Formats: sequence, structure tokens, C-alpha cells
Amino acid sequence: MDDAGAPTARRRRVVHGVLLALLLLLPPAAMALGEPFYVSLATRILIMALAAASLNLILGFGGMVSFGHAAFVGIGGYVVGIAFVHAGDGSAFLGLLPGTTNGLVLLPLAMLVAGLIALPIGAVCLRTTGISFIMITLAFAQMLFYLLVSLRRYNGQDGIAVWQRSSLPWPIDLNDRVSFYYLALAVLVAFLALTHRLVGSRFGRVLRAAKDNERRARALGFHTYRYKLVAFVLAGAVAGLAGALFANATGFVGPSYLRWDRSGDLIVMVVIGGIGTLAGPALGATLLMLLEEFMPEALDGLVPGLGEHWKIFLGPILILIVLYARRGLAGLIDGVPGGALWRHLRPEPEPGKPPRRWRKRR
Amino acid sequence: MRSIILAAGTAVLMAAQPASAQELKIGMITTLSGGGSGLGIDVRDGFMLGLEHVGGAMGGLETEVIEGDDERSPEVAVQLADRMIERDGVQIVTGIVWSNLALAIMPTLARSEVLFVSPNAGPSALAGEGCSPYFFNVAYQNDNNHEAMGQHVQDAGYERLFLLAPNYPAGQDSLTGFKRYYTGEVVGEVYTQLGQLDYAAELAQIRAAEPDAVFFFLPGGMGINFIKQYEQAGLKDEIPLFGPAFSFSQDILGAVGEAAVGVYNTAQWSPDLDNPANLRFVEDFMDRYGRIPSLYASQAYDAALLIDAGVRAAGGNLDDTEALIAAFETAQFDTVRGSFRFNTNHFPIQNFYLREVVQLEDGTLTNRLAGTVFTDHTDAYAQDCSM
Amino acid sequence: MDGLLLVEQALNGVQLGVMLFLMAAGLTLIFGIMDMINLAHGSFYMVGAFLTATFTGLFDSFVLGLIVAVPLAAAVGVVVELVALRTLYRRDHLDQVLATFGLILFFNELVKIIWGPVPLRLTPPEFLSGQVELIPGAPYPAFRLAVIVVGIAVALFLWVLIGRTRLGMRIRAGASNREMVTALGVDIAPIFTAVFALGAGLAGLAGAMAGPILAVEVGMGEQILILTFVVIVIGGLGSIKGAFVGAVLVGLVDTFGRVLLPAAFKLFLDPSTADGVGSSLASMSIYILMAAVLAFRPRGLFPAYG
Repeated sequence: MDDAGAPTARRRRVVHGVLLALLLLLPPAAMALGEPFYVSLATRILIMALAAASLNLILGFGGMVSFGHAAFVGIGGYVVGIAFVHAGDGSAFLGLLPGTTNGLVLLPLAMLVAGLIALPIGAVCLRTTGISFIMITLAFAQMLFYLLVSLRRYNGQDGIAVWQRSSLPWPIDLNDRVSFYYLALAVLVAFLALTHRLVGSRFGRVLRAAKDNERRARALGFHTYRYKLVAFVLAGAVAGLAGALFANATGFVGPSYLRWDRSGDLIVMVVIGGIGTLAGPALGATLLMLLEEFMPEALDGLVPGLGEHWKIFLGPILILIVLYARRGLAGLIDGVPGGALWRHLRPEPEPGKPPRRWRKRR
Repeated sequence: MRSIILAAGTAVLMAAQPASAQELKIGMITTLSGGGSGLGIDVRDGFMLGLEHVGGAMGGLETEVIEGDDERSPEVAVQLADRMIERDGVQIVTGIVWSNLALAIMPTLARSEVLFVSPNAGPSALAGEGCSPYFFNVAYQNDNNHEAMGQHVQDAGYERLFLLAPNYPAGQDSLTGFKRYYTGEVVGEVYTQLGQLDYAAELAQIRAAEPDAVFFFLPGGMGINFIKQYEQAGLKDEIPLFGPAFSFSQDILGAVGEAAVGVYNTAQWSPDLDNPANLRFVEDFMDRYGRIPSLYASQAYDAALLIDAGVRAAGGNLDDTEALIAAFETAQFDTVRGSFRFNTNHFPIQNFYLREVVQLEDGTLTNRLAGTVFTDHTDAYAQDCSM
Repeated sequence: MDGLLLVEQALNGVQLGVMLFLMAAGLTLIFGIMDMINLAHGSFYMVGAFLTATFTGLFDSFVLGLIVAVPLAAAVGVVVELVALRTLYRRDHLDQVLATFGLILFFNELVKIIWGPVPLRLTPPEFLSGQVELIPGAPYPAFRLAVIVVGIAVALFLWVLIGRTRLGMRIRAGASNREMVTALGVDIAPIFTAVFALGAGLAGLAGAMAGPILAVEVGMGEQILILTFVVIVIGGLGSIKGAFVGAVLVGLVDTFGRVLLPAAFKLFLDPSTADGVGSSLASMSIYILMAAVLAFRPRGLFPAYG
């Protein structure tokens, strides 16, 4: 990100500032208009943006295309769900841990558990690269999916209806939609700020160096494996936090959180938003969720009955974005086609050389 | 999402009930795209036919049905419920086909005190201790059809049964329900994977176990896979196959063809059930949509009739939720099932019938009544419900 | 469990494997030659099954239906390649995944609009609807034996085509060094289109052969797509031999996992718990297999390149 030219950086700062101001003003505006629903919708978008941003940390900056990231979102959600079940009937998890609905315990615990599960999974997966990495992360996510489907104590496929939201100290109250919104916004902004600092730090430089040319980075004496593993675990933990928040927002957690197409959704968000950009995943999450939310309705407005077939339009939209908006939505902020940032992230193949990929085949 | 305002006849009815100038908004959340959309579309179509049959105005109120595609995903269903309640102001939600989706949206609905009239999903988790005043099921409790088949198999004198169901809560409920009434020997009990494609291994196990009969519960595509493979393995003529209605519903029959002919299944409804309401429903449904209605369509049709009767009994007043719930509990309507009333847990008390799959002269397959298994049957969980 | 039953289950496993291979062959071919991840492969499989069901009904013959449907599925593949995918060959895999994911959404809805949401009927032809008693006391469905025959025929066809023909030589050359081949004056684009058509045709054939055994319904492609990816990743991406070995391995592990794991757990758990745990572990078995293979051989069992 440092390589972008000064004018681009300035423009980006301005745009980010404007976006943040708009986000801060959204709840009072929506409430004044008598449309509280949009605050809840925006909260869910912010939470998915957090999940997408955590994936972007490893996918965008580390070149690790995880096709199983939704698993960690699901684990975070299940921490809230399982704790709720035990709080409800006074039993204890594995006979040891009592249930709770205390958010001060649950939110950090969700991060901890997701991170702890990400550690061994990352340790095995990071032995591979490229397509193998995509598929092995998918394999672990599928294993966790089937594990949760089989847990009859926690209703298997049916999942857990979380009737009570996590409690947090004043002034945060998850039952109050505006309060929940600002919490989600604060968490997202904090994580993006952390990402910004990380990427600019020595840690981030090693990560990006490993992405561009792992062998060279290793030849320079960096233990790239360890750096990548730390990033993988951190991303998993933050995804877990997003899951815990999402379970609170929807009042439900189930194996569907971990389904492979959810992992696919997260990748879609990152890619259409702009891989390896700070605001990209949030923009991608916003676009995808707004399309999902309003496209059927808009189509029905055009031709009654058309809304039912909305996916026949969503598919080609995704294809067009891939074909023509190659820099993602974040590219629009930079404005200039072929901007410095883009050249850095997605170099065109030089003549006579095979196209460079984000993974090496051998 | 489609908004349909059917105002026909509203003016007349409004005159009869001057107290109310309210509009009834109903959220139709169902599966319209991807796998399982056949069931969702049947539910939607059955419901819309019901709305038409009550003159487009439920309980005399101008009625708007707001449609949403849940993509068979619990999270999407919750989002839709949230939007329909918060933004569109629906007072009643219906349409959900799948139990896991019904369970997922209950907190959202209960928190907003919105009624949920389930046209299909009836999980045990909402029938016993977890029952909710806001939840009404117009179909069945999930165990019921399996219980009826357990009773039938028991009565028919089969003594060695092989049982098969998917490894998920509804599958476990299914076998529990079946064994509640079947007390003979179980020579094999297999839980298959959700969405399993190939059943060759299970078929070999069945052949080796030499049962008198096989009971299976595999809804949707899983059932189609199983029935086709069962016939191809040559087992259909050796070991009779039994299942709940879901395994031989109208949506499945077309796909499995002759493999299903002569098979018995149990349900609370059949297209040839002889009562005026059903005759009208089946005839008009076939006229309108060009296909025989499925069990799911019949349930959604009844859901529309229930809402109409309930709202009417409440005098068209949608603001007093408690009174509305009380009105729904005792609502009288011309059900396509002949008889229907709610138990204390808001699940039906009704008859269960034996049906046989037959081939009509034009080649289409459908179910025909073959007997009555239970009269005024209740579910096993109602006594745990304190409402 | 006696020996004969185990042999029968092994046959079941191999048969499931061969069915998966039919699907995997086209996918791994397109990956191997064009370096393209095509999630829409499942859509061609679905289209193949739906077209076969339609034409089988029309001609009253499964064989005729299949003969018409498979080239049509290939034609659909050509159209998709020309309109959307050919510019994606040089993009990274992420773009390919995203664009072909969009194709899945498109095709699912298109099929639903054309054929309606209710599953279609497709049954084996009369002459294959019976059983053959390969193993005493265990009649085996004739159609499943036909699936095995077709699968082996496809494997041999691809082996000859890629390894023994002039076209295969060009294809291999194009795969290993695109620029060199282009510089030598060979127009690579039609070759790639042809390979894509072949891949889509193979997917359509898989759909046609699976149709009589499985439900012909919207979304049938995704049910088998993930399984197919597991197969080709285990086998080694781009390798036909790997796809075959991987498919049979997955078929055997899945079948025996379903049969043996619940039985094994019943030795020390009560039956209903054992059923639950056993069948859960069985659903995980192929993913455990894949993770294990990748952890030790990151590029699969038979890596296609060097």
C-alpha cells in the first residue's frame, strides 16, 4: 500500500474519511426516516465486512486463498450458541465449563477458540500452496461442518436458536440496534487500522514478500512459514469474532455458517471489493449483501414475477465484474486506471514470460 | 419479491366490518431458487390459491403477500424475516418449508410478537417444552407421518424391519416416531449422510439383513436417488418399501416413475380425499398450475384458510396479538383434510391416512387413499408444552 | 460381515469411483491443458442430465437421448467458452473461480426456468434395467455395470487422444508452453475451444450416465462438484491417471466408511450413539483422506507436471 503515489494516497484518505463519516451518520439518519431496519441491515453488513477483511489479511496480503474461512466464522458463532445452550439448562460444556451469555467472556472466547482451532489447521495447510492450499482448507472446513452436523447435543443440522443476545457493559447493548451498529463499526474500523499497521510493519513486509516470491523471502532468511501461520491464526480469530457477532445479530447459529458456499461468498466479497486493499473487503461485502437484499425486489418492480429469478442476473453481474472491473470496487477510489497500487498487486505478464500467478505450480 | 394487492371484494367485506381499516401484510418466506425450490413453489402457489378462494381479502382485510426467497439457508430466512417485520410491517409470516429454517427465525418472530403460521416444518423442538404462542403449525408434528407408518407396518404384521433416515434431527425424529408405534424387531438401522447420492452400500446391507420390509425417510433428491437405486437393484419385488408421505410426495413421483407404483405411504391428506373443500382445491390447483398439488401445496392452502378464519374471528384487529392468538387457536375453517383442530401446543389434531401410489390412465403418478391409520391423532410432545 | 458382502461393497465402491471419474475427467482435463478452474463443470453435468431426460422422453430411447444430449452439452460449453471464459485463461485462478461461480447461479436458474423446479424422470433403458449376478446371491444392477464400462472407455479414449494422436501432441504442447506453440504458428485458441468442448461433453456424459441413478434436479451439479474436486486434488491436478486412481480411492473410502465405521463403533458404544458417531465420521472420511494426502504429497498422488 505504501507504493501508491502520494496523490492516490491522499485521495484514498479523503474517501476513507468521507465513508467513515457517512457510516457514523447512518443510524441517526435511518432512525429519523423511520427505517430502523436499515440499521440492522448495515450492522450485518459491517459484521460480514469484518469477516471478509480478516480473509483479506491472508488472501490479499499473504496470497493464501483459504476456501474454508467460513469455518472460523462458524466456530465463533457456535461459541455463543453453545454457551447459550448451557446457560439455558444450567449444564456445563464437557462437564467443565458452565454456560454464559456474558459478552465480555464470549467475544474474546470466540476469538480464542477460533484462533486455537486455526493453529493446527494452518500448521498443516501451510505446508501446501496454490490449489492444494485452497482444497485442503476446504477439506478442514468440510470436516468441521460434518462434525457440527453430528453434534446431537447442539441440534446437529438444525443449529441453535440464540434467544438471548450477549450482554455487554454500559453503554453497549446488543439489544439496542443503534448500539450494536456502533459496536460493529468500531470493531471493523479497529481491525482495519490494525491491518493497516500490520501491513506496513516488518511483519507485513515479510508476508507480502512471501506472497510475491516465497523462495526469495526464505533465501533472505525469513521464516515465512511462521509469519504466514501467525497471519492465518489472527485471521481465524477475527473471523471467530465476526461469527460471534453475527450469531448475536441473527439470533441463530448452525452448520450452514460453515458451508462451502459461505467461504465462497467471503472470497467473492474480497475479490469484487479489491484484493489486498484496506477498504475493498468492506465495499465488496456491502455490494454483495445489498444485491442479495434488494435485487429480487427491484426486478419485481420492473416485471412482476421476475424477482424469483434474480440469480439469473446475479451470475452474469459477477462475471462482468471479474471481466471488466479487474481492480475491484476499491479501484474506483483510486480512480486512475492502471494505478500504481494495482500495478503492484496485479502485474501484467511481461512479454515472453508465462503469466504470473498468485500461486506457483511447482 | 412480489407484492400482490388483491382488493377484489374488499369493499364489500369492509362494509361488513366497519371497525377495521387495517391492511393485512403476510410475509411469504420460502425456497424459490436452487435445490428444494419445487417444494417452496408448491407452498407459494397453494397459499396464493387459498388467498384467491377467500376473495383476496383475508378476514375481510385488504391483504398483501410479500414474497422472499430463503435459498434454503437459515441465515437468509432470518434476514428476510427481519426485513419483512421491520420495514414492511408484516403481521404474519408463513411459507417456511424446512425445520432448521423455522427454528432459526423463531427468536426474531417471537421478539417482535409476529405470528408464524408454518405450512410444513413442525420440529419437536417447537412442540414440547420449547413451544411458543407465536408458532402455529397447520401441517403436522414432524413425527406424525412416521408414527402412522409405524402403526400401519405393525398392524400389517411385518416383524423384521430395516430402517433408514438421514443423520440429522428430522431423521432421528423420524425413526423415533416410527418406533413409537412399531414394536417388532429392527434388523438394521442406518443413518445416511445428508445429501447422499449413492446408496449401493446400504442396499447391499439391506439385502444381507433379509428384512420383511424397509422403512425409509429420505426427503427430496435423496429419496429420488434411493428409490431409483432400490428398484434397479431388484429389491422392490423382494422387500416391500414403506415411508412417510415425504418419500412419495407428488414432487418426487414424477421423477421416480414406475419404481414407486404400488408403494404405501402415510399422510394427513391425499388428493382424492373426499370433501367439498378438497375437491375444489385440487381441481382449481390443477386448472391454475397444470399439475397435481402436492402435500405441501395442500398445507399452504390450509394455512391461507386458517389465517383468513383467524383474522376474521379476531374481528380484523391485528393490534391485539393476544386476542389474535386466541382467535387462531379456535379458528374454524373448511380444511382440505376434512377435520382439523389445534392442540394446546398449536399443532394439529387430525386423521392420518394410508396412501398408495398409483398410475393414472394418462401415465401420471399420484397417491390414492388406502385406509385410515389414526383418527384424531395428537403428537407425543404436547403434554410438555405449557402455554 | 462375510467375505462375499465385502467383495460386493468393494464393487460398489469401485462403481461409485468410476462415476466420479466420469465427472472428474473433464474437470482435470480443462485444468491440465488450460490451467483453468471451472466450477461450472457441475452445470454442464446438470445440463447433460436434463437434456438426456428430455430427449429420452422424446425419442423413447435412452441411447438416442444420450447421443443427442452429449454433443449439445458440449455445444453449450463452446458457447460459454466463446462468450465468457476464453479471456479468463490468462487470469489468476481466483478470477476463474469467481466467474464460473457466477455461471453456476446463471445455469441453475436457467434450467429452472426452462424445465421447472420439479425433478425430471430418467430411467435406465429396458435392456439395462435388470440385474446381473456377478457375485452369488447378490444381483448387481446392469446399468451400474454399464457405468463402469463407459468410465473405463472414457479413460482409454483420453489416454489414446492425449498420448497417441497428433491433436493430443498439440494440446500437450499448448499446455506446457503456450507462447512457444503460438510462435511456431499454431493457432492455440481453437485447440483450447475444442478441449473445453471435450470437457463440457464429458461432464454432459457424466450427467447422462448419472441421471438414471440419481435425481435429475436443479442444483445436482453442486452436490457432486465438491466431491469431484476432492477426487482430482487427491489424484493430482491435471492428471487423467490421477483422476482415475483418486476417484476409485474416494469411492472405496466413502463406501467402506459408511459400511464399516458404524459397525466398528458398535463394538464399544451403544447402537444409536455408534450409528451417529460412525456415520458422522463416515461423512468426514473423504476429507480426512484428502487432507492426509495433501499434507504428505501436496501436489497429489500423480502430479501432472514434473
